[in-house]
Amino acid sequence: MSMMEIKGICKSFGKAQVLKDIDINVEKGDVIAILGPSGSGKTTLLRCINFLEKPDKGSMEFDGVRYDLEHIKRKDIAMIRKKTAFVFQSYNLFANKTALENVTLGLTSARKMGKAEAKEIGMRMLEKVGLAEFKDHYPIQLSGGQQQRVAIARALATDPEIIYFDEPTSALDPELIGEVLLVIRKLAEDGMTMLVVTHEMNFAENVSNKVVFMEDGQLIEKAASKEFFANPKEERAKAFIKNIRSQHDA
Amino acid sequence: MNERIWGILVEGFGKILLASIKVTIPLTIIGFSLAMVIAIIMALVQYAHIPVLKEISRIYIWIFRGTPLLVQLFLAYFGLPKLGIVMEAFPCAVMVFALNEGAYCAETMRSALEAVPEGQMEAGYCVGMNYFQIMRHVVIPQALRTAFPPLSNSVISMLKDTSLAAEITVADMFMSAQKIVGRTYEPLWVYSEVALIYLVFSTILTFIQRYYEKRLSAYNTRSTEVGVKGGTQRS
Repeated sequence: MSMMEIKGICKSFGKAQVLKDIDINVEKGDVIAILGPSGSGKTTLLRCINFLEKPDKGSMEFDGVRYDLEHIKRKDIAMIRKKTAFVFQSYNLFANKTALENVTLGLTSARKMGKAEAKEIGMRMLEKVGLAEFKDHYPIQLSGGQQQRVAIARALATDPEIIYFDEPTSALDPELIGEVLLVIRKLAEDGMTMLVVTHEMNFAENVSNKVVFMEDGQLIEKAASKEFFANPKEERAKAFIKNIRSQHDA
Repeated sequence: MNERIWGILVEGFGKILLASIKVTIPLTIIGFSLAMVIAIIMALVQYAHIPVLKEISRIYIWIFRGTPLLVQLFLAYFGLPKLGIVMEAFPCAVMVFALNEGAYCAETMRSALEAVPEGQMEAGYCVGMNYFQIMRHVVIPQALRTAFPPLSNSVISMLKDTSLAAEITVADMFMSAQKIVGRTYEPLWVYSEVALIYLVFSTILTFIQRYYEKRLSAYNTRSTEVGVKGGTQRS
């Protein structure tokens, strides 16, 4: 049974239609890589699914309940958000909070959890991303890769059913990308359900089990990742893979 | 400087200091505290785009920033009684200073709130927090940090502006100095003395500002001198 099903999602900014009738089906344990050239609507799709943008049309089924995205209630948005987590391209750690406080704020503030229990969970999550010793550091005192790992720990702390990653490594220096991808790969091995917008082809091919390829706001191809990379069906997907691979080799 | 002047200055010092303790300092502290309450409310209704309240806040700022403080004091103390609103000089001065300073600080607070990146709000929503929780734990603390230096400026300038309250019979430091001059005809010495006392107060405020800026800057600095134990490691 699918855990989340999105149907017919549409979104325009002014006259520009950024998402055109997108369907996505997520099953428990899926790691879905969303690929496509920049400007294809990948990030907007992720932001619409978590209501950081308001979708114009479409519906979402989450945990067996169907919601009309155009008329979804605030209360339902809040409820769905408590079951999901989001990792941003630019980390967006709370600048006035230490690493540990970043991880625990969603527990103590939004979920009214006791400080001691939240701290224990927070430390466990920081250990998971290898940053326990940095618990008292403020975001500005951490490298980009460390900040993104704290952001992942923050996402994990609330025990989400699904985590959305919006180009989690795009803002990082090349030598810092590996440490972040390693953490995400470990989550995949633990069976975490994830939707990952990425330009990391190796990651998409080897870690994700499914690939969604978008261009111009349309969903061009959906496939199992091995199959997508070995044998893309659509011309545009073929061109994209070839283009990315040639850049990599250069 | 002869003995007579020395005597005037020593006696004056006690009187001026007493006036500062009884009037200038309370006027500054109460006035500025109320100004901050007004400023934060006015800034928040604008930041949150609350209809009607937002317009009221703009009009308030427009009027109180757009007219002279001295005129506001006169209008409140000498003008309002014509409408049946009579106030003692001190509370009247507190009210005018709070409203006047509140208008400036509201703009400081608004710009500081708007300077907090949108991503902070989004990250808060994504961990399940609601608007008020995010404002309280994330946005307002960051905005206060940004607003701290300009707000310190405001409090220093307000301390000096309280001398205008003497014009509506508030017995502050400056009024006390004026009285001594009236009695002794030594304007150069006595006004210099009161100026010096204002300068000492402003300097104390400047040091307080520096101290708190350092403390607040913990999350704004890469150095580990403040806030963090055990050394920064940027990989």
